[in-house]
Amino acid sequence: MTAQNALCPGCGAPLSFLWSSAVQTACPYCHAIIVRHDVDLEKIGTVADLPPDASPIQLRTEGIFENRAFVVVGRIAYAWEQGRWNEWHIVFNDGRSGWLSDAQAEYAVSFLVDQPGTLPEPGAIRRGQAFALHGAEYFATTLTRARYEGFEGDLPFTTQDHSTMLFADLRTSDGRFGTIDYSETPPLLYLGRAVGFEELSMKGLREFEGW
Amino acid sequence: MVTGSQPVVHARALTCPNCGGNVELRGFAHTRSAVCIQCLSILDASTPEVTILQRFDERTRVQPLIPLGKRGKIRNTLYEVIGFQVRTVTIDGTDYSWHEYLLFNPYEGFRYLTVYNGHWNDVRTLPEVPLFTTAGGRKAVVHRGITFRHFQTALATTTFVMGEFPWQVRTGEQVQTEDFIAPPLMLSAETTEDEVTWSRSEYIEGAAVWQAFQLPGAPPPAQGVFANQPAPQTSGGSLWGVFFKFFLIWLALLAGLRFLSQNKQVYDSALQLANGQQVITGTFDLPGRTSNAAIEIRTEGSGYYHLGLVNQGTGRAIEFARNVGAQDTVIVPNVAAGRYYLRIDPEIDAGRKFMGRISVRRDVPQTFWIWLALPFLLIPPVLESMRGGNFEARRWQESDYAQ
Repeated sequence: MTAQNALCPGCGAPLSFLWSSAVQTACPYCHAIIVRHDVDLEKIGTVADLPPDASPIQLRTEGIFENRAFVVVGRIAYAWEQGRWNEWHIVFNDGRSGWLSDAQAEYAVSFLVDQPGTLPEPGAIRRGQAFALHGAEYFATTLTRARYEGFEGDLPFTTQDHSTMLFADLRTSDGRFGTIDYSETPPLLYLGRAVGFEELSMKGLREFEGW
Repeated sequence: MVTGSQPVVHARALTCPNCGGNVELRGFAHTRSAVCIQCLSILDASTPEVTILQRFDERTRVQPLIPLGKRGKIRNTLYEVIGFQVRTVTIDGTDYSWHEYLLFNPYEGFRYLTVYNGHWNDVRTLPEVPLFTTAGGRKAVVHRGITFRHFQTALATTTFVMGEFPWQVRTGEQVQTEDFIAPPLMLSAETTEDEVTWSRSEYIEGAAVWQAFQLPGAPPPAQGVFANQPAPQTSGGSLWGVFFKFFLIWLALLAGLRFLSQNKQVYDSALQLANGQQVITGTFDLPGRTSNAAIEIRTEGSGYYHLGLVNQGTGRAIEFARNVGAQDTVIVPNVAAGRYYLRIDPEIDAGRKFMGRISVRRDVPQTFWIWLALPFLLIPPVLESMRGGNFEARRWQESDYAQ
């Protein structure tokens, strides 16, 4: 990973990208949301303070997934009616990027699928519905209407232009995990699996008072 | 800084808007609702301005066995008790309540301990979806190669809450629960309008809970048989294993006895039998150590025979009598080595006369006692299996399939 240094178009502070392919980042000083167009940086707004959070993960946390080291370079915080969860943007040594989701300390790692095939329309998907994806039978376990609560660090896309989005959580009988993200058309498919906290051997975690 | 990720996460507390009491929070920002134990108000902890979600009745107050804030190690991970709730199902007009302890570790997340009538379970939510199937004509699910049989479907109502929860808890809230068992494991599905949550329970002894949380005294004794309670002595398996070992010893004994016996024929001769006519056989040697002699008589007609096995040297006879239809074997024990003959006095119908044959074997293997032992060896495992069957009957008596 290369850390590219640039100046914030909002306040002129030095920006250090954690990931060379970042499309969107946030200025840690002036809260500017910065979108990168090739070499130009554009300020498209300001990001609100993220609410207090109890995830043990933070930017620059390192871990290992299936024998490959990763580092956390960004986060999207989502909120829905009954709570919130984090999608941590993780980048591996080979530059491949994925997502480590953390919903009340239940963890899953997933990756964007290039050729998702035909997915149900947002209005047609039902909870409990089963469908075959990439050789496994997945069940739609939860349908969640969520909104961006905020973000930090480097993201592979821009979070602008979305108010609420529909997500379908998918699970299998053998611990695979997936998400259909209906924020785009056609929808995006992420597939991976549930992971235990210990399994990721994470370092650079947050500390909790009293623990 | 924009980031919400401060490197150290601080604990916080709420002030109850109803009574002004202090409500300490242990679940950090995970906590979405917390109970003010002074005035039994459920507070919304998810927003900075704390609001009252619900107040509930003092009469429902229950004292948890493990105090809130207590820490203990479950499966090598330290957890803190942060929430407690009582849930109740009503079956045939009777209320059954169990207690649920919500455990929290900031890295490992949430875990539950449940207890009903002294039966404890260690519970985690399941990241997988079990597959429905049938077993013995009944509903079942398969998870990681194990078949779980449907046990009970019920409507569970939250009847008392204490502490804090990562969801908006309410008393009176109802979920449908479905339990599937493969003792000591149980899978449960909780269904609300929005989602189905699967959890996996593993039966644990109350003593293990007491040890984990260093609780004073002894856990309340377990009453009855619980859904996923493992049958004592792993349900008939163990004593059958012991039986099998004894059976091998038994077989070896049988084979050894046959191997060690001479089992040697020492005399065999045809003879003429007539009423009142004494027959004296030729002499034969009974060799080796003092042991038995087996005398076999075959006749063409039935009769009553007085026999004497006579030691030629000492003249001493071992006397016995037999009613013989066609064939009989008499085993004479403890016969010293020596030269012997047989003396036979037949009592048969007057005027009848027929042929017979008499043979003598030295040191035949006597397995009668060994055969007699076999059913005794079977008693413990059979009894155990019957007890196991009784245990299973008591288990299923609590299910939807009770007779």
